[in-house]
Amino acid sequence: MSVDLATLEICDAREAVEAVREANARNAPLALVGGGTKRRLGRHAPQERELSTRALAGVTLYEPEELVLSARAGTPLREIEELLDAHDQQLAFEPMDYATLYGDTAKGATIGGAIAVNASGPRRIKAGAARDHLLGFHCVTGRGEIVKSGGRVMKNVTGYDLSKLVCGSYGTLALLTEVTLKALPKAETEQTLMVLGLDEAQSVAALRRASGTPNEVSSFAMLPAGAPPLGLAGHTALLRIEGPEISVVTRRDALAASLVTNGERFETLPEAQSRALWRAVRDAAPVACRPGPIWRLSVAPTDGFEAVEALRRAGAPILAHFYDWAGGLVWLGLDDAPDAHAAAVRAAVNALGGHAALIRASEDIRRRVDVFHPQPAPLAALTRRVKESFDPAHVLERGRMREDF
Amino acid sequence: MLIMPAPEPEILSRRDELIARLRDILPAPNLIVDETARRAYECDAFTMYRALPLVVALPETVAQVSAILSLAAEMNVKIVPRGAGTSLSGGSMPLEDGILLGMSKFNRVLEIDYENRCARVQPGVQNLAISRAVEGRGFYYAPDPSSQIACSIGGNVAENAGGVHCLKYGLTTNNILGLEVVLMGGEVIRLGGKHLDSEAYDLLGLMTGSEGLLGVVTEVAVRILQKPAVARGLLVGFQSVAAGARFVGAVIARGIIPGGMEMMDQKTIHAVERFQPCGYPRDAEAIVIVELDGAQAEVDHLVGVVENIARAEGATSTKISHSEAERLQFWAGRKNAFPAVSCIKPDYLCMDGTIPRARLPEVLEGMDEIAKREGLQVANVFHAGDGNLHPLILYDASVPGDVERAERVGFDILRLCVAVGGVLTGEHGVGVEKRDLMGEMFNEADLEQQLRVKCAFDSMNRLNPGKVFPTLHRCAEFGMMHVSGGKTAFPDLPRF
Ligand SMILES: Cc1cc2nc3c(=O)[nH]c(=O)nc-3n(C[C@H](O)[C@H](O)[C@@H](O)COP(=O)(O)OP(=O)(O)OC[C@H]3O[C@@H](n4cnc5c(N)ncnc54)[C@H](O)[C@@H]3O)c2cc1C
Ligand SMILES: Cc1cc2nc3c(=O)[nH]c(=O)nc-3n(C[C@H](O)[C@H](O)[C@H](O)COP(=O)(O)OP(=O)(O)OC[C@H]3O[C@@H](n4cnc5c(N)ncnc54)[C@H](O)[C@@H]3O)c2cc1C
Repeated sequence: MSVDLATLEICDAREAVEAVREANARNAPLALVGGGTKRRLGRHAPQERELSTRALAGVTLYEPEELVLSARAGTPLREIEELLDAHDQQLAFEPMDYATLYGDTAKGATIGGAIAVNASGPRRIKAGAARDHLLGFHCVTGRGEIVKSGGRVMKNVTGYDLSKLVCGSYGTLALLTEVTLKALPKAETEQTLMVLGLDEAQSVAALRRASGTPNEVSSFAMLPAGAPPLGLAGHTALLRIEGPEISVVTRRDALAASLVTNGERFETLPEAQSRALWRAVRDAAPVACRPGPIWRLSVAPTDGFEAVEALRRAGAPILAHFYDWAGGLVWLGLDDAPDAHAAAVRAAVNALGGHAALIRASEDIRRRVDVFHPQPAPLAALTRRVKESFDPAHVLERGRMREDF
Repeated sequence: MLIMPAPEPEILSRRDELIARLRDILPAPNLIVDETARRAYECDAFTMYRALPLVVALPETVAQVSAILSLAAEMNVKIVPRGAGTSLSGGSMPLEDGILLGMSKFNRVLEIDYENRCARVQPGVQNLAISRAVEGRGFYYAPDPSSQIACSIGGNVAENAGGVHCLKYGLTTNNILGLEVVLMGGEVIRLGGKHLDSEAYDLLGLMTGSEGLLGVVTEVAVRILQKPAVARGLLVGFQSVAAGARFVGAVIARGIIPGGMEMMDQKTIHAVERFQPCGYPRDAEAIVIVELDGAQAEVDHLVGVVENIARAEGATSTKISHSEAERLQFWAGRKNAFPAVSCIKPDYLCMDGTIPRARLPEVLEGMDEIAKREGLQVANVFHAGDGNLHPLILYDASVPGDVERAERVGFDILRLCVAVGGVLTGEHGVGVEKRDLMGEMFNEADLEQQLRVKCAFDSMNRLNPGKVFPTLHRCAEFGMMHVSGGKTAFPDLPRF
């Protein structure tokens, strides 16, 4: 990113309205920046100026008994997590920290940024994504209008659910100024059941079998042999079990009993190690330390291993990879190539159905290659009309998600 | 009271042509033109308002749906999608100048994929039929509206339906993975699939709860869950609604999210016990039914914790289920609550608002006052865990003025919900019923942005018009314009 980008610090929605109206008047697109931790996410599309939410910070409402928290968009994620932690609550969607991935020491992802990229961690399958926890928001649209949607209650079908739309919109629809989130109780404790001694296909299959038992496993990942942070000699299926102590122990044992076929071994990671492990999985640590492009594939759980096999057959140089979401999320670290192997990756995913995103690559590659999965024409046209309903002149994050807006 | 847009004479005058062209798309039995047969469709479960549809079309294939929507777009005719017609807000109420598009023939379960914990079904499949189809393998579909034996999954998607289990397992929106949708121009798009999130606008989430205004759903991929190992119930009586509400808050504050937490006031308890006794404490001012589900060890542990909380909050009675029969007995009264209440007065209007849970006691008191002012009564049975209220306003349609009185009470109750930080509807939708109250919650800019989203899907406003939004102008009036290339400068965007 260019260093001398002019940055506008806004303190409230009114100032944002002015900035966005001016951007419209001058046809000068704006980047929306919280902590700036995800700048390398998305297409390389430098904007004329940055609008920073740093000064738009602070928790405005927190009622633990109601499981609800509101905060201004620039509030550091860390601050929110600490506040919730003090009340034994959490953001159950476990927003990922991109610092590991981008080798970045800047800490300070904001809640607005986390929502804008729909950041969700390994608990996704059980607890949902960021999208499932955003109850309502206030924003300034690309038209420079102050708009709110949703509310602060758990159940609400009053009008369109625009919360879903802004989650994962990468700042291309509106500048979020305040968000209201569902907070959930933290589990009393957790353990991780490790299944060892299987080959890759069997290990991934073990994740799926675990997801078909009533033991309420909350996360399902698989690390290939040697992958950090465990660095074990063989492939390892990882199953996280959370809850009251007595329940965790009995469910772990029941789970192990239900998974026995032949040849595998079971081991348990106790609480502290389990927590550290899932933070590393959340932040993509098993692939992050290798140089080179990183892809994230979202496919049906049965297709994750298939996609990797297809890439191997096609001769793609996989340097590192691991599976999350019971096999449905594949992180892939590939060797360098002018197109970051986009053609091979997309072909593998298209054959199965799903979505591939280029999460890390040089600016040059992210200028030339579609970072997010191409869409069929009618869907692409609809997506663009939705964009224009918020931001007709494309002044917010122009080109960040799609070349044509 | 509610005013629907006047039928457009231009459309009415072309009815014969419309029918002739629909006959090219659909086999004769799938087109209902005869007036008597059309009467069967003149309202949904919001029976206060009725209209005779111009014609009823019952497509069986996606190609037919697409052809009908293209035809409607071409002839500028309105379309109202309909599932099972159990909407309580008039969402599927027909229009006299519109095609009623019945989706009941889309009734097949297309695929059950246990490995990916997913089922692909057509929109006309009943909610309960999904659980029935997978129960043999110990799976179920979590969202369980009380109407689940009748309502369709397509209608559930359109209304983002909820139910008793939603506190813990989420609403429809948290339990669907993919949709196939036909847009107003006839284009067929697929959103999501068997995979989870992808880096694109979440149009799947937007479609859910959009009340049939954005597109016609022709296929739904739902998540199926493994049934919890056990479920146990507690039936707790309290001396006041306030004490019951404090108990509910205390359970959640302890970090426990029950599978269900339902509350009933004394009027409902008595009605239920008269209708079909099931052992509810008649002396209690309120009862709370708590269901804990999950692994045996966990449930047994939590039952003890919740019982202690109940004692600490001054419960007047506590019963714990020790068998499946006992647990179902606790629920029997809750399930019969609506019919039971009809024994007090012949008719009731079921409202639906959500409030911050802590405001429960004052809101219940306020509702009573509002009803008294009009000489009516309110009975209460609701999803206490997530603050979703369903006040039943009791009236007698044969008494002149009662219908209007009931409506006034309903509106004032919803205004009260919004005033304390809640919303107009938790799960039944806005439809026509609450359309004119949208301004209580949203200002003009909020509503205009929603309308622009509508225009992005349906620029002529032909899909289910007259629902959800108080007025709907043509898209051009909202400054909805299509910019090409993103390069055009708009020095001064039009405002209105
Ligand atoms: C050096 C570096 C490299 C990075 N590389 C990548 C990368 O390659 N890929 C990647 O995905 N991420 C990358 N990131 C992460 C990137 O910084 C995220 O986009 C970031 O959002 C994370 O949270 P944040 O508060 O730091 O948000 P920001 O980084 O400030 O913003 C993240 C996204 O959210 C939007 N956004 C932020 N605040 C708001 C708001 N209030 N309302 C609406 N939208 C808002 C922004 O427009 C942007 O699209 C990188 C970060 C750094 C520091
Ligand atoms: C006794 C009773 C109890 C109820 N309990 C609950 C409850 O506990 N929780 C709850 O959430 N609701 C409840 N409801 C309300 C109702 O059952 C739900 O709103 C349900 O989702 C409606 O489904 P349906 O198939 O009947 O849809 P319909 O009534 O036919 O239609 C509802 C809306 O969906 C649209 N629609 C239908 N099919 C499609 C499609 N394929 N594509 C696009 N749009 C479509 C229609 O246009 C309309 O706007 C109850 C209703 C009754 C009568």
